[in-house]
This record gives sequence, C-alpha cells and structure tokens, in this order.
Amino acid sequence: MRRVDLTIGIGGAAGQGIATPGDILARIFVRRGLHVNAYNAYQSIIRGGHIFLTLRTSDQPVLSQGDKIDVLVPLNQDTMDRHLRLMRPGSAVLFNSDTIKPGVVADGVQLCPFSVKALAPAIRGDLVQNTIALAAILRMIKVEFKILEEILAIQFRRRGAAAVAENTGVARAGYDCAATHFTEFSFSLPDMGKRLAFFEGNQALAMGGAAAGVRFYCAYPMSPASGVLHWMSRHARQLGIMVRQVEDEIGVINMAIGAAHTGCRAMCATSGGGFALMTEALGAAAMMEIPVVCINVQRAGPATGVPTKTEQGDLWQVLGAGQGDYPRIIVAPTNIVDCFKLVPTLFNLVDKFQCPGIILSDLLLSEGRSSIDPAELDFKVPIDRGDVIGLNGDGPPVNGHFKRYLVTESGISPRALPGTPGFSHVVATDEHDEDGVLISDEFTDPHKRQAIHEKRMRKMDGVLPLLPSPELHGAAGAQVTLLGWGSTEGVIREAIQQLAEANVAANNLQIRWLVPLHAEAILSILSKCRKVIVVENNYSGQFARYLRSETGFAADGHIRKYDGEPFMPHHLVDGVNAILAGSTKLYVPVHEIQV
Amino acid sequence: MATMVQTERVKVTVKDLKGKVDPDWCPGCGDFGVLAALKQAIVEAGLEPHKVLTISGIGCSSNLPGYLNTYGMHTLHGRALAVATGAQLANHDLKIVVTGGDGDGYGIGGNHFVHAMRRNVDLTYIVMNNQIYGLTTGQLSPTSIKGMNTKSTPFGSVENPINPIPLAIAAGASYVARGFTGQQRQLVELIKGGLQHRGFALIDTFSPCVTYNHDNTHEFFKQRTRKLEEMGHDPTDLHGALEKGWLWGEVIPIGLFWRRQDLPALDQLEPVLGEGGPLAHRPLGVASDIAQALIKELM
Repeated sequence: MRRVDLTIGIGGAAGQGIATPGDILARIFVRRGLHVNAYNAYQSIIRGGHIFLTLRTSDQPVLSQGDKIDVLVPLNQDTMDRHLRLMRPGSAVLFNSDTIKPGVVADGVQLCPFSVKALAPAIRGDLVQNTIALAAILRMIKVEFKILEEILAIQFRRRGAAAVAENTGVARAGYDCAATHFTEFSFSLPDMGKRLAFFEGNQALAMGGAAAGVRFYCAYPMSPASGVLHWMSRHARQLGIMVRQVEDEIGVINMAIGAAHTGCRAMCATSGGGFALMTEALGAAAMMEIPVVCINVQRAGPATGVPTKTEQGDLWQVLGAGQGDYPRIIVAPTNIVDCFKLVPTLFNLVDKFQCPGIILSDLLLSEGRSSIDPAELDFKVPIDRGDVIGLNGDGPPVNGHFKRYLVTESGISPRALPGTPGFSHVVATDEHDEDGVLISDEFTDPHKRQAIHEKRMRKMDGVLPLLPSPELHGAAGAQVTLLGWGSTEGVIREAIQQLAEANVAANNLQIRWLVPLHAEAILSILSKCRKVIVVENNYSGQFARYLRSETGFAADGHIRKYDGEPFMPHHLVDGVNAILAGSTKLYVPVHEIQV
Repeated sequence: MATMVQTERVKVTVKDLKGKVDPDWCPGCGDFGVLAALKQAIVEAGLEPHKVLTISGIGCSSNLPGYLNTYGMHTLHGRALAVATGAQLANHDLKIVVTGGDGDGYGIGGNHFVHAMRRNVDLTYIVMNNQIYGLTTGQLSPTSIKGMNTKSTPFGSVENPINPIPLAIAAGASYVARGFTGQQRQLVELIKGGLQHRGFALIDTFSPCVTYNHDNTHEFFKQRTRKLEEMGHDPTDLHGALEKGWLWGEVIPIGLFWRRQDLPALDQLEPVLGEGGPLAHRPLGVASDIAQALIKELM
C-alpha cells in the first residue's frame, strides 16, 4: 500500500517562476528516496498564458501525473479560477490573498491564504509568493525547515549571501505562518534511505547517446526535442562530442550522415515537422548503407500544430518516411529509463545492419520528468560496431577488389571507412552495383537492381530475432487487455491498478519495437486475450491500423485522446468501463481543465 | 603497411586516379575538363587518394566521384555541402572535395551553400556551372542569364541570375575563384590552390553544356573571359574582388577573386577537436568518473 501519494499543482503565467519551487520540491523528495513524476503543461509563449506544473510524489513508483491535486498553488487569479473547482475534500489551496481571491470551494477543501505584504513587507518582486508557498507546503507535510534552508542556500548561492539570507527569511515567515494558521496533512514524508535521480526523457535520450559513444550530434531547435540539444551542448566538451546547430533539418540529417560515414556514431533529434524535412535523407542513409540515429519527439500536429502539447500522431509518418522501400529500425521507448537504455541498443543494431534507426518519443516522455534509481544509469554498455574496416584509420591488407555492397546471405556487406588505404569506393544514393558503380542512369540492369534491392531489404530479416518479444504485463486471462505503445505505459499500468480496486481485472501489452514488429508473437498473445482495447494519443488509431495491417488483428475497442494533453488514469478507467458496458467501441475523453 | 602507403604516395599519377568506369557525359561536355583538372590538381598537391573524399549531389556533374579513384559519396540533390560538413568535422584528416552543378549548389542546395561558407568549413567546392539543368533535359537554372529560352522558360526567363562570386565573398568564403574549362592550366592552379587552402574554397567553373545551353557556349566564354592576374587584380583587395565579381558582359573575369588566410577553418575553432585526433577514430565510451559526475547532476 502507498503510505504517501501527494500531488502538488503550481500554476501561473509564463515568467512567474513556477519551475524553481517545483525543482526544490522534487529535490527534497528524491533526496529522501521518494518517487516523483512531474509534468509541465505549458504553451508556446515566453510571458503570459497558463503554465501548470503537476508534481506527484509517493513512497511507491509513480507511473503518471495521477487524477487529483492535493495542494494547489495558484500564483495568479487565472489559475485559481481554472483549478479551484476540481479540488476535492482533504486538499489545500495556498495563495497570496493580497492579489488572489478564491471562488466557490467544495466542502473539506482547506483555503490557506497568506499575505505577502504582511509576511515580507520589505521585499519586492513577484517571486516572493512562490517562496512563501513553498515553505508553507513543507511545513504542512512536516519537513524540517533546515532542509529547505540548505536547498535555498544552494539555489541562491550564485546570487550572493544577501540573496540567500533574504530568501531564507521569507521562507521562515511562510513556514511559521503555516504552522500557526494552516492545518497540516495527516501523513509525514518518510525517508526511504536511498537517494534517487530525477530527470526528463530528453536528458535520458542524450545520456543514452553519450553512453552509446555518440561523437557527433546536430540539430535545429524545435520543441519538444530541444532538450536533447541543450544537454548535448552543455556536455560537449566534457564528453568530446561535436555538437552543431544546423541551418535546417535537411542539413541536420545530411550532416549526421556525413559524420557517420567517416565512422562516428552520429545522432540527431527533432519533432514531426523537422522529421518531415529529414525523410529523403533517411532513405539516402539506407541506400548508402550508413548507420545513423534520428529521434522524433512527437508533438500535436499536423503542420506547426500545437508545439507544446503531446501526441502520438507520427507513427505512420515514420513508417512511411521517404520514397521507396528501405530498411529501417523504429523503436518507441515506454518510459524514461527506456529512453536511456534503448539508444545504445539501437546504435548497435544500426551499426550491425548499416541502416537508419528512428526513436519515436513524444512530449510527455521527453519533457516529463521522473525519479529513477541511479543504478539504472549504467554507462558501461556493450558496443558492437558491426563489420567495419578502418575504424582506427587503418585496415587489413587489401584482398582483391573491394565490393562495398557485396551481395551476402544476410544482406550485410563489409563497410570500409574513408581514409583506409586500399578500400576506396563510392557510396551512392543512386541505385548501384556491388562495387558502388551506378546502375541507375546508363544501362539500367533489372537483374542487378533486383539483387541489390533484395540484399538491402534482406537485412531486416536479421533484425527481428535480435529484438525481445513483447510480454504481457499482469495476469493472463484478465477481463481486458490494454494494448499501448511508447509513452502510455505508465498511465495504462496505473489505470490497471485502479481497475483492480474496482474488481475489473486488466492487463497490459506495451509495444516498444515497432519496426520490425514481432507480429506473430503479438498475435499469439492477443488471440488468447478476452477483450483488447487499444490506447493511443492520436485521432485515427494509428497503431491499431498498423497492427491490423501487419497481423490482421482487429481490436475490440479503442481509447484515443488528441486534445494535446496526456491521458490521466481515470480517462482510461472510464473508457474501459464504457467499452465493457457496451455503450461504445471508441472512447474519446477530453481534458477536464484548460491547461 | 606503412611502407606500402609510402610507396603509393610517391607514385600517385593521374592514371591512378582513374575511377572504376568512364564518364557518361555528352561528348564535348565541359565536365571532362573539370575532371581532368581535378585529377591533375590532386597529383600536384601531393594528396594520397585514399585520404581524399569526393562528395557530390545530383546532376550530370555530380556523377564525377564515380569517375575518380578516391573515396566518394554521391549524395542527394543539393545536400553535398551538408554531408561534407559532417564528414569534415568527423574526420579532419581527410581532404574533402565537393563537386556539383549550379542547380545543385546554388538552387536546391542554396541554404547549405551560404551556411557552409559562413562557417568557413575546410572544403574545396567545385561548381560546374553550365547555367542550365542538364540531367532533367534543359530547364532554367539559378545562373541562367535573363531572357534565356529553356524548356521551362519557352518565352525567355524574366528572372535575374545568381552571381555566386560576390555572394560567396559576402557569405564568408575565404577562397573564391572562377575557372573556365577552356583554360585548363589556370583551372588546375585554381583547384590546387583550393585544395591547399585551409577553409572554404569555392571554384565556380564555366563548364559549358553542349546539349542544352546554346547561349553560353565554349566559344562564348573563350571570347569574353579574361584572367584576373592580367587585369592586375589583387585577391586580398575586398572591394576589387567584389567589383570584378560583378562584371558580366564583354569582359568576364576568371581567376582568384578573393582569398583571406587569417580566418581559421571551423574545425580549427572547435575545442572538441583540440586533441585526440579525428573524432571518427576515437574510442567510444564514457569514463566512469565522468559517468558518475553526469549522474550526480541528477541527484
């Protein structure tokens, strides 16, 4: 059983300083070994709008942002007006009563007004209310003041001793105010005895790249993928990684291909719009047989879409990226640890099979933050570069005429890096013969074309046996199977816990490796399931359609959400109930609140 | 192995640079002259063929890497400079030659062209400028002259062409030259100068199309081109370079317009390349103390 399950919501306009109290709270929680999940709902605006950070902590793993807010900190009237009506009995609302007025409130919701003018009369600035609220929350959950004091000292260190003293003074006033005027929560925060790490999916993807030995990273800024670029840029010199910001995404992928051709492990990240620009070159990488990894952090489309909102709407885009048939490996990490671990795995595969690899993340996963056990971040990963000649600048003695695209049973041909004496050859985006000579223009040869095309495509047969088969999570024979892919794993599993409490037995099949797809294994599992509901964050059921095209399997029901916000557990619970009751086959929830 | 390389180095001749197949360009195409000049320049510059990577886009002239016995990449239309930038930064021990046409470089690849020059990437870029799209059978190119009749402008083009020389100077290229396949010796010198230059070198080359461009023919350029050295031009004179670069008409200057040697190439400015040799040959993996530091940031 959970001893603690606390969710704090901090909301305001962009520029009101929501991130800092959020970071401080998260740091306090993970230092006690508590699990944390954080999701920041925001807009494409630098000042103004409505930003809402949901920070949830528990002694047990936190799989999603949950369904409820226990502590609301509205930093402006707008946030109060939007969120107050959703507050439930037992929750508390902390606000600056100088500027914010509460509205109608449910019974059992504790209003905790404080006056910034009274508590910190000498101090100016909009951020004072944040510090007071932060300190008051900590008092209400019985965290000792000295812990906050230590963190404030670290947080404001760069601004000097006076800033530290000022903020500590303000915090003290807020802390004491809560002790006198507000009712504390019944639980206290346990100390689990082991510190956890706390980071976002984009950091995990970047660190996974570093672990894989990425030496070349390039990107064009695009939300929500820029976090990877930022991490890479900050650590470039420490890690010896060449990081470049390029003129456009066409340049990005081509630059990465150039670097990869010389032997570097090269990676880039973008969102759907940038990915669209990259598609021709991904086919080029496959044609020239150059391994490269591209991350697509999906956001709500089409076109510019909703740049700061999440969606799983690019599945068919990556499945069909670029003209012609070509080998590609596509994977959708299902959680933040997965983001870290899958990058080296994918690099080993694309190096071995000399083809592009695509990681399909989304805003929820990439910008969502989660606590993890630091032991999970093992940088000592196996590295397999495949069949490469000249990695150290030299090669074996030349054995006859080098054929870069030698037709083999596996489809994998020996690869030689530029600079290696004796292995000169041309790689081409035009169709070519085994030795790289074009067969596209003069004397096109159907037999050669067929043979070399089959050689390239045959490589995919070797990939599938190396990928783990998906496994059913939870008891077999459950009443309902929730089938998801990528980032929905956490919320699906939390919904399953809630369904179990309501005596509905559900299990989960979460798909990670999308291409190649373990179609037979999936079909074998699903054929034994009683009722299958596909859960995905898009309009048209992209995965359900893909699954049907690969297996012929048609699901019994669908839960889809495409309003820009991620699923909350109750959306899935309600959907399962509605589908089980037979009232619909397609359940489409919408977010109850405008964030 | 080492001695073998040594021997190879001494013996490199134009013959050694012959590719696996012969060019399939139209008889009389200017590109033959560029290929010959490039081979001669590689030999005279003393480059080892396996350390040269020739990268092209798409078009008649972009088939060139297949006719040359160096490492080669025949990339997508317009993308050669982006690929080359990645390759140069990943292995700065290679000498990277980029070849292509005016449509490839100044049209579809225009964005990469400008940015590769402002970054001063250490590349030798030879544009075989025939002022027409040849491989697509004769449409307007970005350098086609105003009024030109082509398949896509049957009533004459109303657009102004790009002038790559002042554009390159303004964008930050540190070596800007124009050659003509009718002046082979000069072209060899210009390409060799580009290969020996540390930074972005553009050698825009009049390489007449005998099939689709009947305006800007070999004869046209023979009558009008004049060597800059004979005009008393100083390639370190910026204003002179821009002024000469603008000239088009009865006199069209060819030669070295602009060169500056005080500008470091991008790879020389990048601290990550400071020590440890080319990135492509560095061992993979993160040292355990650094890994610990990275994890500590998250705690």
